[in-house]
Amino acid sequence: MSKELLTISLSPHIKGEETTPQIMYGVAIALLPALIVSIIFFGLGAIKVTLFAVAFCLLFEFLIQKFIMKVESSIGDGSALITGLLLAFNLPSNFPIWMLLIGALAAMAIGKLSFGGLGNNPFNPALVGRVFLLICFPVQMTSWPLPKLFSFSSLDSVTGATALGVAKEAIKQGQSIAHIKTLIPGNLDLFLGQAGGSLGEVSALALILGGLYMLYKKIITWHIPVSFIGTVIIFTGILWAINCEQYMSPLFHLLTGGLMLGAIFMATDMVTSPMTKKGQLIFGVGCGLLTVIIRIFGAYPEGVSFAILLMNAVVPLINILSKPKPFGTN
Amino acid sequence: MELKTFKKGGIHPEENKLSVSAPIESLAPPAIVSIPISQHIGAPSKPLVKKGDEVKVGTPIAEMSSFISAFIHSSVSGTVSKIDDVVDSSGLRKQAIIIKTDGDTWEKSIDRSPELKKNFTLDASEIIEKVKKAGIVGLGGATFPSYVKLMVPKGKKAFAVVINGVECEPYLTSDHRIMLEKTDEILVGVSLIMKATNLKKAIIGIENNKPDAISIMRTKAKNFEGIEILPLKVMYPQGAEKQLIQAVTGKEVPAGGLPIDVGAVIFNVGTAFAIYEAVQKKKPLVERVVTVTGKAIPKPSNLLCRIGTPVANLLEQAGGSLENAGKIINGGPMMGKALVTPDVPITKGTSGILVMPKELATRKKESPCIRCAKCVTVCPMVLEPYLLSRLGRKYLWERFEVEKGMNCFECGSCSFTCPANIPLLDYIRVGKTEVGRIIRSRK
Repeated sequence: MSKELLTISLSPHIKGEETTPQIMYGVAIALLPALIVSIIFFGLGAIKVTLFAVAFCLLFEFLIQKFIMKVESSIGDGSALITGLLLAFNLPSNFPIWMLLIGALAAMAIGKLSFGGLGNNPFNPALVGRVFLLICFPVQMTSWPLPKLFSFSSLDSVTGATALGVAKEAIKQGQSIAHIKTLIPGNLDLFLGQAGGSLGEVSALALILGGLYMLYKKIITWHIPVSFIGTVIIFTGILWAINCEQYMSPLFHLLTGGLMLGAIFMATDMVTSPMTKKGQLIFGVGCGLLTVIIRIFGAYPEGVSFAILLMNAVVPLINILSKPKPFGTN
Repeated sequence: MELKTFKKGGIHPEENKLSVSAPIESLAPPAIVSIPISQHIGAPSKPLVKKGDEVKVGTPIAEMSSFISAFIHSSVSGTVSKIDDVVDSSGLRKQAIIIKTDGDTWEKSIDRSPELKKNFTLDASEIIEKVKKAGIVGLGGATFPSYVKLMVPKGKKAFAVVINGVECEPYLTSDHRIMLEKTDEILVGVSLIMKATNLKKAIIGIENNKPDAISIMRTKAKNFEGIEILPLKVMYPQGAEKQLIQAVTGKEVPAGGLPIDVGAVIFNVGTAFAIYEAVQKKKPLVERVVTVTGKAIPKPSNLLCRIGTPVANLLEQAGGSLENAGKIINGGPMMGKALVTPDVPITKGTSGILVMPKELATRKKESPCIRCAKCVTVCPMVLEPYLLSRLGRKYLWERFEVEKGMNCFECGSCSFTCPANIPLLDYIRVGKTEVGRIIRSRK
C-alpha cells in the first residue's frame, strides 16, 4: 500500500474539458473569415492595423499587470488578443498607428484593467477604445478607404464615407431615396463586403460564418444576435413602411455599418452581457432599439457601438429582472 | 420519438463505465468487519450487543433509536471484539461495532437458496414491518430508511411508484449489473413496493446507455402487472429524485417538498432488490453490490460484499496495487466523498469505490469568472451558481437564503462545467452549512 497521503478534495472529482483560453481562441478563430475578407479588400492596411492593435493590447495588458497591478500576467488567456482584434475590426484600414496606440491604451487601461481585469469590466473594452478614438479623432475615424480588390499598397487608396454616412447626409439634404441608392454600393456588394467601412465590419457573409462557428462550438447562443438584428429589422421596417421616401429599407440597415460585427461579436461578449437567456433577449432588443434611434435620429450615422455600451451599463439591472425561476417554484 | 429527461439544466460527462461487463462476484467475508451505527439518514442506531457476544450473519446488532432510523445486522459470524470509534466515509470518527469473523454461519431463518420466490400473500403492513426489521435504507446513496417511504402519510395521495434505474453517475455500474442479473428479483421487489403503498402502477426509468438492461427488464416486466419500463435520455443528474420524477411523470416537486407532494413514491432498483430479499427470503441487509473502478484499477469489478468490509479488501480484489492512486472516492465522481484512508468500511450507502490516478486527483488552477453563464445553464435546480458561490465567499448569508441556495443538492454540475475551474460548489456548501445553522437556530 502506498504511504503517500490521499487527496481528499470535495466533489465533483471530475472536470469538463472546456477552459477560458479555449473559449477566447474559439472567438479568434471565428473572426478569421472577416479578417481574410478585409485583407482582400483593404490589403496591407488591414494587416498592419490588425497586427499593431493586437500587439498594443497585449503589451498594455502585460505592462499594467506587471508594473501597476503587480499580478501575474494573463496575456496567454486570449482575452487581450480578442480585444485587439475587435478594436482593429472597428477602425479604418488607413488608421494612423500612433492613434491606434492611444486607442489600445484606452481599451486596456480604461476599458478592462481599471475594473480589475478579465471578468470584472462592465463595458466591452474594444468598444471603449473605439468610442474613445471616435471622440478624439473624428476625422480619421470616419473617412474610410474604399475597397479595392487585392490592393497591397495602402498609400494610394481613395477615401470616402460609409454607406450609412452617405445615406444620412443625403437624407438630411432632402434627396430622394432613389437618388441615394445610386450613391451607395448595391446590396450584394454590401453583403460580401465590397463597401467602405471599418476593416472588420464590411462583410456580412464572413461575420455570419464566424457566428455560425461560435454557435456550433457553443461559445454563444442565438439569443443576443437574433434579438438584436431582429429588432433592427422590425424597427427600421416599421419606419420604412410608414414612409419609404424618407427612411432607408431594413435590408440596407441590416447590411451596412457595424450591425453584424456588433450583434455577433461585440454584444455577445460573455463578460458584459446578461447571464440568462431571457436577459440576453432583453439585452438584444435594447441594443437594436438604441442602434436604430441613434442611426436615424442621432448626430452620428452609426449607433451600434453606443447602443452596446449603453446596454452594457444596464446589464446588472437586466440580471435582476431576468432571474431564472428555481426548480419547484412554478 | 425524443426520449424523456428533466426539463432544465444537466450535463453529460464522459461515461467511463469501465466495469460494465464484469459480472457480480462475491467477495469473501473479511477477517474483521467494522459496522458503523450511523449508516443512514436519521438517528444513529442503538447497539444491542456488547464485547464478547457471539453473532451469526443476520443477527440484529443495533436497533432503531427513533422513527427515522434503521436496524443493523451482523454481516459475518463471529465475536464482537469491541464497540469503538472508527473513521468512516465522512472522514470523522464515528461509533462502530467491530466483529472478528469466525467461519460463515447464517441465521437459520434466512433462505439462502438461489431460486426465485415470486408469489406473496402478505398485506401492506406485513411488508412494511419486514422491510423495517431488515434494516433497509435507500441504496442509491441517500440512505433514507425505506419503511418510512412505504407508509404514505395521511392526507397525501400517491399515484405511482417511480423506480430509479438511471445510474447517471459516470463509472458506476452496480445498479446496471443488478438489473441484468437480478431482473426478476427486482420486479418482485417492485411488486412488493406497489402492494405496500397500494399503488397499481410502477415506472422504472433507465437511461438509454443501458440498452441491454432496458431490453431484459422490458421482456420480463410483461409477466408482472402494472410495471412499465421507460428509457430516458442520458443526462446527469437524472438519478436525483426530483429530476427523475420530472423526467418520468413531468411533475415538479415543490422546493422544500417531498416526492409524495406530487404523488410519487420513489425507490432505487438496488433497494427494490433488497426489499425482495428481505420479504421473500427473510434476509436482512448484510451485503450489497459495490462497483470498484477507476483508471488506476487494473480489473474494474462489481463486488457483492459484506457491510463493514474495509475498502482496502475490495481494492485488492480488483487488482491490488495502489502505487498510482491519488484519490479514493466513496461513490461516483460527481457526488462521491474522497476517503481519508482505505481502511474505511463499506456501508449500506456505498454504491461504488472509485480510484483516481494521481494525475486526475488534483484540481486545475482557478482563473477569473468570465460570466459565461454556463453554470446557470447546467444547474438542474435552476439556480445561479456563480452568484451563490460569490455570496458564500463573501459571507452574505441572508442574500444566500433569498437566492434559494438551500435548494442546491450538490450535484456538482456547476463546478464540472466552469471553464475558469472555479470550485463553485465548495463555496455554495459553505453557504449551505452556515445558512442551515441560521435556519435551525430560528426554531
